[in-house]
Amino acid sequence: MTPLQAAALVQPHEAAALVQPHEAAALVQPHQVHRDLYIDESVFALEMRLLWARSWLFVGHDSQVPRSGDHVSVTLAGQPLLMVRLDNGGIAVLHNRCAHKGAPVVPQREGHVGQACNGGRFLRCPYHGWSYRLDGRLLAVPLKAGYEGSDFAQCPAQQGLSAYGEVAVHRGFVFARQDARGGLPFAESMGELLEALDLLADRSPLGRLQVAGGVLRTEFAANWKIYLENINDAFHPITTHASVSESAAAVWGQPPQGTPVPLAMRQLLPFASGYAFFEQMGARLLPHGHSVLGTAHSIHTGYADLGDYGAALRAAHGDARAEAVLRFAPQNVVFYPSMALKGAPQVMRVLRPLSAGRTVLEAWAFQPEGAPEALLHSALLYNRQVFSPLSMVAHDDLHLFEGIQRSLTGGGNPWVSLHRGAGQGGNAPRDVSGIDEGLMRHQYQHWAAMMRAAAGEQAEPTP
Amino acid sequence: MTTPADVTAAALVAFVAHEARCLDECRWAEWAALFAPEGLYWLPADVRHTDPLAQASHLCDDALLREVKLRRLQSPQAHSLQPPAAAHHLLQASDVLALDAGANRFELRTPFVYTELRAGRTVMLPGVAWHTLRVHEGRLCIVRKRVDLLHAAEALPAIEGYL
Repeated sequence: MTPLQAAALVQPHEAAALVQPHEAAALVQPHQVHRDLYIDESVFALEMRLLWARSWLFVGHDSQVPRSGDHVSVTLAGQPLLMVRLDNGGIAVLHNRCAHKGAPVVPQREGHVGQACNGGRFLRCPYHGWSYRLDGRLLAVPLKAGYEGSDFAQCPAQQGLSAYGEVAVHRGFVFARQDARGGLPFAESMGELLEALDLLADRSPLGRLQVAGGVLRTEFAANWKIYLENINDAFHPITTHASVSESAAAVWGQPPQGTPVPLAMRQLLPFASGYAFFEQMGARLLPHGHSVLGTAHSIHTGYADLGDYGAALRAAHGDARAEAVLRFAPQNVVFYPSMALKGAPQVMRVLRPLSAGRTVLEAWAFQPEGAPEALLHSALLYNRQVFSPLSMVAHDDLHLFEGIQRSLTGGGNPWVSLHRGAGQGGNAPRDVSGIDEGLMRHQYQHWAAMMRAAAGEQAEPTP
Repeated sequence: MTTPADVTAAALVAFVAHEARCLDECRWAEWAALFAPEGLYWLPADVRHTDPLAQASHLCDDALLREVKLRRLQSPQAHSLQPPAAAHHLLQASDVLALDAGANRFELRTPFVYTELRAGRTVMLPGVAWHTLRVHEGRLCIVRKRVDLLHAAEALPAIEGYL
């Protein structure tokens, strides 16, 4: 291998990675984690390369690109990508980087490539006009004669837009993995989580979800793992969100029995539930850092059935399946490391880490096809009440996360304690209480395992 | 007692300025009372949005939700407001878009820059406020206030107040 070829294999974040994988793994102890996990940019570079790029990450939903030629721009593991619907119905995930000089081939967030006069479709770079088929293959370069006599025909640009990696689609949910080293195929890696996607998709009598209504985005000055821990933290609402639950309870008061409770209140009031409620909601730890919080119940369990909707579901799926679908209301299902969803309401959160100390959070809503639009209204209401950057609930979370990020950069105790529940349930429990910090230890055990796996790999032989 | 026929362009513009001042000076009860019973405060997540229920919004608060949010803004438990946030509306002169006494309908467009200071961090957001007003029980009231942020569809930082 020539030095130039070796340089071409360097991943985007590799140059900044000063910490070694075995050193990073040592930041995770069985019951506590080191602050450098959250604040160190070289740890961030390493985890993007060894955890994110090697994980099946949520890219998008195929309902965002219904027609061939539709495309959306996404950022995955810090890399600008395109999700494109192909003419054969498949989905391609490509680097949004012109093979010529690196310009983004598609500058906009979403778009559609129409049929050209010859019947084909192509993406065209706005810089020098290089064009590509939907699957990324190089189609044409203007004034090609200018390359005669050069080694252009043998250079990497001939391969067109680079594919991001493997792509897998389940019930419309598109996942991709850049680097398969040490990892399992999609279905094995996801395991029981595929059933969560099935239950969500089956909220539609037609079995199809649509991303609908638009996405809410929040940028905050804290590490993505602080947010992901919190998705699995049923201990904090009582203290963190007291201002919201007490205000909602005070405003709603105690109206006469039989007064219909508006959905906005049904979504807010359960935040006031006590420790016993959250402890008993139960949780399940799944392989590869995944988890389900709220296996017994959640703050979403009480959302009422919607008239004919239940009957339509029973007609479509049968009584037992419809019952299972309607009962599926976990607090959060975590698709480690990038996504978490709720069954009722049909919402999803996607993490887009920008750096060790900056993260973008996206809140998405689904409309189950063939179901009343009230389900979408409920999802959008939940997103704006709880996840919007202007929401009362998010404020108290985000303020704390940003404070944690600042405090951890200071001196003092370098360890973050995750000991709650560590003395119970043996070494590797599968089912834990809803307030067991095993839900976070579990995430870090997988994190460290990915670092150790990379540390154990043979270094590539040099020429 | 104001009747629709009494409403002047100057009174409409003064109403919008007063509304912003109530927010900046944390006069919450006074601000809440500026809304008609069915009044809606709406901040869509995209300036192209037209449906507050079927499209994503950062805020879409009726009287009940405004009351919850205003109560929280005054709650000692609201630790994101310790120290308290301070807000500042810089308003451009409003355009009166509709002054229809017969239909009891009045509309204004007001470009603004909203600045919020929270825990030493400043957020500055430009946008346009669209007020729809009517006379209710003898005074001007907000039927709808729509706030279109220039950055509506971008990733926003946490913002505590009403813009």
